[in-house]
Amino acid sequence: MNKLAKWGLTMPATILVVALLVIPVLATIATTFGEPKGVFSTYQAFFNSGFRTNILYRTLRIALITTAISLVIGFLTAYVIAQMPGRLKSIAIIAAVFPLLTGVVVRSFAWLIILGKNGILNSSLMSLGIISEPLSMLYTEGSVIVAMVYLFVPLMILTLTGVLEGIPRDVVEASASLGAKPIATFFQVILPLAMPGLIVGAVLVFTGSFTSYATPQLLGGEQMMMMGTLLYQRAMVTFDWVGASTIAAIMVVITIAVVSIMSRMARRLNPMAV
Amino acid sequence: MAARIHPLLGAFAILVFLFLLAPLVIIVGASLSDTTYLTFPPQGLTLHWFANIFEISAFRNTAITSFQVAILGTALSLLIGIPAAYALNRYRVGLPKWLGTLFVLPILVPEIVFGFSLLKSITIGLGLPIYPSLIIGHALLVLPYSVRVVGASLASFDFSVEEAAISLGCPPWKTFMTVVLPNIRAGVIAAFILAFITSINDVSISVFLTGPGISTLPIQILAHMEQFFDPTIASVSVLLMLVTVGVMAIVEATLGLTFLTK
Repeated sequence: MNKLAKWGLTMPATILVVALLVIPVLATIATTFGEPKGVFSTYQAFFNSGFRTNILYRTLRIALITTAISLVIGFLTAYVIAQMPGRLKSIAIIAAVFPLLTGVVVRSFAWLIILGKNGILNSSLMSLGIISEPLSMLYTEGSVIVAMVYLFVPLMILTLTGVLEGIPRDVVEASASLGAKPIATFFQVILPLAMPGLIVGAVLVFTGSFTSYATPQLLGGEQMMMMGTLLYQRAMVTFDWVGASTIAAIMVVITIAVVSIMSRMARRLNPMAV
Repeated sequence: MAARIHPLLGAFAILVFLFLLAPLVIIVGASLSDTTYLTFPPQGLTLHWFANIFEISAFRNTAITSFQVAILGTALSLLIGIPAAYALNRYRVGLPKWLGTLFVLPILVPEIVFGFSLLKSITIGLGLPIYPSLIIGHALLVLPYSVRVVGASLASFDFSVEEAAISLGCPPWKTFMTVVLPNIRAGVIAAFILAFITSINDVSISVFLTGPGISTLPIQILAHMEQFFDPTIASVSVLLMLVTVGVMAIVEATLGLTFLTK
């Protein structure tokens, strides 16, 4: 009876995930090896194309920079939030949750208004007399990175606030009462204890920005394509499905590699684990 | 954790919150501007752009589709996700470990790859119409929330209560509905909210599954932006932010917002 129940209850979800996610994604990857010119010919074509490898490197670079900036901003802000008294803390958390729950299209769109040729930043800089001609800030790596940092900082703040609140008060007080200066406590006690959480946050932001579509579509455009926008373009504009599948396969491999390496690192660096 | 905050660090945090909220304030301002282009601060105040949304049938229709897909997709994910979460927690021994990982695959696999693969397999391969494809795609996308968030609730549920009910003669199905479900209520609500908001804002899956005639609101916004750059987009964005406010109010009323940092 139990045996029937436990398999029966998991069956619908298992079938749906296997039939509509696992098999289709594996099929997508499998089509890249079926080319008449050779098993790896589509990958050779990808890596021999300066245009496409540039997009891969750009995507990795943007994802890394976004992750680094989000980590620093998120960690420092979460550190402040964790010390706040109850009421102020709730307000801070609401202020971080609100953008997080607002859609990626809306949040990317805001930066179009800010960074556009006739946008707020250009018009303020011009009225202040700092520049005389509007700067072209959109469709650059910078504009994509700013919008991505904006997208992921709330996620980092909330993840790390949870992590920092989990650090027992006694540990911090013990460090202080044993004579450690606040800076030393921060680097030698709090930072190591928060390390697994920082890695989790970094993985979320890296994979999120590496595979993003809407933000590079809006703020990068044709000039600053990323892997996500390149995949879409190959699939839906030029109908080069094998090419799109190759991009998909590369994205899957890199994502899995990053997730597995980082989660192994998180386990090793966890000072609480014995 | 308790430590003193350096004033510079405090000032930095204030700047971060300005950075987080200012762009949203700018959208609200731009939506009220009495100009045909997007600008901030608004020049002249008008609600014309909000009225304009309702005049454009594409916005009306896609908003309705988005809501329907989010509700039905979330409901479907809970319908298959809650039993799975229950089995994973109730019969911990005997179920293979990879099963838990299988159910979170939809967030591990890059969404854009998932969307593209769905297009090839169900829309083109199986010839499924757009609307059911969207619902199934979204249901799968949000399944991890149903399994994990409900699972977290079940992990702290004392199953001996359930056994007591059953040994007293209550049928299993009735036991689940009257004993287990009320105890994991918070988890189900949380899963519903997270799934709903993820679905309604989704781009990467929908962009492959929408087609002529049927689209979702975020995809329609992207399409509109390619042709017009007027405050209509800002006013649609404001309406979407109101949805967020509504969702947060529900979270606060049912679970408390601190729930979200756990």
